[in-house]
Amino acid sequence: MAELQRNAAGRLVVTEINGEPAVPYMGVGAYKPRGRKAAPPIARCADYPADGNKVVPDLKEALVRAGLRDGMTISTHHHFRDGDLIANRIFEIAAELGVKDLRWFPSAAFPCHAPLIAHLDSGVIHHIEGSLNGPLGDYASSGKMRGMGVLRSHGGRYQAVQDGEVHIDIAVIAAPTADPFGNANGVEGPSACGGLGFALADSQYADTVIVVTDHLVPFPCVPWQIQGNLVDMVVVMDRIGEPSKIVSGTTNITRSPDRLYIAELTAKFVDAAGLVRDGFSFQAGSGGTSLAFAIYLREIMKRKNVHARFVRGGSTRYLVQMLEEGLTDYILDGQTFDLEGVRSMRENPRHVHTNPFVSYNYHGKGNVASMVDIVVLGATEVDLAFNANVVTHSDGRLMHGIGGWQNCLFSRCTILPLPSFRDRIPVIVDEVTTLCGPGELIDVVVTERGIAINPRRQDLIDATRDSGLSITTIEEIQSRVERICGGKPAKPRFTDNVIAAVKWVDGTVIDVVRQVVPAP
Amino acid sequence: MDKSASAGRAGKDIRSDCRIEIAIREGGGIDLQVKSKVDVLYGADIRALILEGLAFYEIANATVVVDDSGALPYTIAARLEAAVKRLAPSVQKAFLLPADRTWDRPPSARDRLRRSRLYLPGNDPKLAINAGIHRPDGVILDLEDSVAPAEKDAARILVRNTLRHVDFGDAERMVRINQLPAGYDDLSEVIPERPDVILLPKCESARQVQDVDEAIAGIQRTCGVDGPVYLMPIIESAMGALKAWEIAVASPNVVALAVGLEDYTADIGAERTKEGRESFWMRGMVVNAARAAGVQPIDTVFSDVDDLEGLRASAREARALGFDGKGCIHPRQIAVVHEAFLPDEREIERAKKIVLAFEEAERKGLGVVAIGSKMIDAPVVKRALRTIGLACSAGLIPETWREEQSNG
Repeated sequence: MAELQRNAAGRLVVTEINGEPAVPYMGVGAYKPRGRKAAPPIARCADYPADGNKVVPDLKEALVRAGLRDGMTISTHHHFRDGDLIANRIFEIAAELGVKDLRWFPSAAFPCHAPLIAHLDSGVIHHIEGSLNGPLGDYASSGKMRGMGVLRSHGGRYQAVQDGEVHIDIAVIAAPTADPFGNANGVEGPSACGGLGFALADSQYADTVIVVTDHLVPFPCVPWQIQGNLVDMVVVMDRIGEPSKIVSGTTNITRSPDRLYIAELTAKFVDAAGLVRDGFSFQAGSGGTSLAFAIYLREIMKRKNVHARFVRGGSTRYLVQMLEEGLTDYILDGQTFDLEGVRSMRENPRHVHTNPFVSYNYHGKGNVASMVDIVVLGATEVDLAFNANVVTHSDGRLMHGIGGWQNCLFSRCTILPLPSFRDRIPVIVDEVTTLCGPGELIDVVVTERGIAINPRRQDLIDATRDSGLSITTIEEIQSRVERICGGKPAKPRFTDNVIAAVKWVDGTVIDVVRQVVPAP
Repeated sequence: MDKSASAGRAGKDIRSDCRIEIAIREGGGIDLQVKSKVDVLYGADIRALILEGLAFYEIANATVVVDDSGALPYTIAARLEAAVKRLAPSVQKAFLLPADRTWDRPPSARDRLRRSRLYLPGNDPKLAINAGIHRPDGVILDLEDSVAPAEKDAARILVRNTLRHVDFGDAERMVRINQLPAGYDDLSEVIPERPDVILLPKCESARQVQDVDEAIAGIQRTCGVDGPVYLMPIIESAMGALKAWEIAVASPNVVALAVGLEDYTADIGAERTKEGRESFWMRGMVVNAARAAGVQPIDTVFSDVDDLEGLRASAREARALGFDGKGCIHPRQIAVVHEAFLPDEREIERAKKIVLAFEEAERKGLGVVAIGSKMIDAPVVKRALRTIGLACSAGLIPETWREEQSNG
């Protein structure tokens, strides 16, 4: 087994991942790599049809022409979420061709990818680098995956490709609309999903780029969210996704009274802290609580007659409504969750398609994340130092991807609205099972049993002192909840086997996930 | 003794509850099988608690199967006790866990605010745990309509433990018992855990109120607890409506009369409508009986949880008819009801003038309060004080409103 080293967060982490050296986390902003970015091979127009028609008969043919062979890295994006049909198809083809030991490099995996477990078992796939949740998380947590999983944020994924940590041999980009040249977008067609930003790095850096569509239009396909000049081949298929699972007809806010209460409290907090002022910005995702937060915030904005300069999303009909009401000048959209979001992106130039390079890449000349005033995020656990976990559950099982979560922590005020316990599972623990975000970047934890402000944020403590909100300490919330739940919970038990590495936004290893010991 | 029995619920959609099945066997000691979604975190505690409970009930040989969906310890204890008592109905003793007294509240007051009361189904632990954070004026742990007849025994035990272990904040802790005589069993179980108010469903006579009152006093003597247990009879029949006044004055512990319309409309042979003309007389009767007796009239629930505007209108109407509060069946309704029962600007301004005049009269030692040439009666002063109290507690006016009044 590779050597372990204690990183700057005190976590014992691997120094080698799947045979490649890995740098232990050094602290926020401490790791400063030099050198030059990776680059794709030089392409020559002479090798491509002058009429711009790159259509090949089918996906198998495209993969064969791309030289699919043992040990390659294949990437896909997750804009189709649980409605993706392409990743499973790719590995079926690989199995038919007898190819082994592939690395799948998705921007995220979903429960619909459970069939890939068969290909992991049979050796077609060696390991997955991308979010491991649902059945795949369970599979990895029980130590069955041959290689080590690598969990990256959306920005970290772009950084890894850009910096050459991950070399993509073949990128397969499922595109709701494309032309024969390879220009593609996500705003039209039966599988419309909004943007295609997560596939940007793949299109820029992969050796071979294949666009797969079920809606081919004559050149030019505009807007070209993916540029045809980067694309090698175009494949037309009957179906590339299941529309009902790609975007919902309408996203609905949570009906849970407790979550609504926490969301409302969060909105009251940011108001009391003086963060809701003309020209401000916030990020709201699609999760029940953050969506509800946006709705309560909207009420406050209307009452105070304040408007936002931009909102980052995860767009939904609620954000679209705010845009159309003039409550925000822009939506900077990383992924689109419902049909209203797709429509708005298609029709409204102020609903802007963004990608992880613009929003999150830590090895760029700045990014949007640190310019956002307020961001509300989820977590499975938070500890007394405000460190948070998003990838494993309290029982130690790998259950979620990082998404944009780590990147968003750089906002001016990062808030985790959380229930203080779920059933009998306390959310505030002595030390997080898996460290995903350092406490120095997490400013506030809002629970139904009190609001805890990170002692580093004296400004927020001062601003909300007389707000009448129930501001307390994280220790106090923890002790209240432990009294309710029946004492301190036991810790999950792990073997020494590292099943996944958790990368920080700069590519260093902030923690590892170990195989769980099954309950007796 | 029966061979096996179970209590509690398990399954995919069940949260914060557990199902415990006990099968007595001839020998072989305890075979304990626990399946729990919090096994990693609290598996050992769950096993220890079950074994403690079995030892408490002197069960030495049994197969015990626990299917847990994250139940809190008091729920596990309640389910175990219910299963044991189903096995052996002669068993009396309660398996009580030490209570957390850090949140102990002072006893309630006769004339406290009762704008909202949130109904919680007595046999469902998940809704009770966080009910207090929504700040209702009261919570009602319901043993009556929301509990299936076969589950009354288990619900009673769970409600007793809920009163003992759940912090409802400043909410008044109420229990709706079953109609007598089943209600006596409910009282025996819950009174030792000091509920603030007992709701009497389908109350039709002063006698029922007095019976309950006496039963409570008896139980209190037996178990050595004291303090008032207030009563809120629910008027939900034609006979109840006709006897409303007699019921309201039946005991000094009656603090409010509540209205229940579902049963009432059926009883008078009418259809329940949104406008509610069929219950207009009865609601007026209850308001008048309650006011005449010096207790609070409380309106029925509004059953469409999604229609918050409808609820607002209904609560406004109730207030206009003279009611002091309304039942809630979902936490979302609480804020709307509270707001609807708040005084409006005109009322507050009038109340301010009266309170200032009253305080000035007191200062000057005058026997009568007057604004200009108009005399103000004592009940009017009392209502004005109450209006100002409400407005302050809701943040409509600052506690320092007197200064602003004299400046402005």
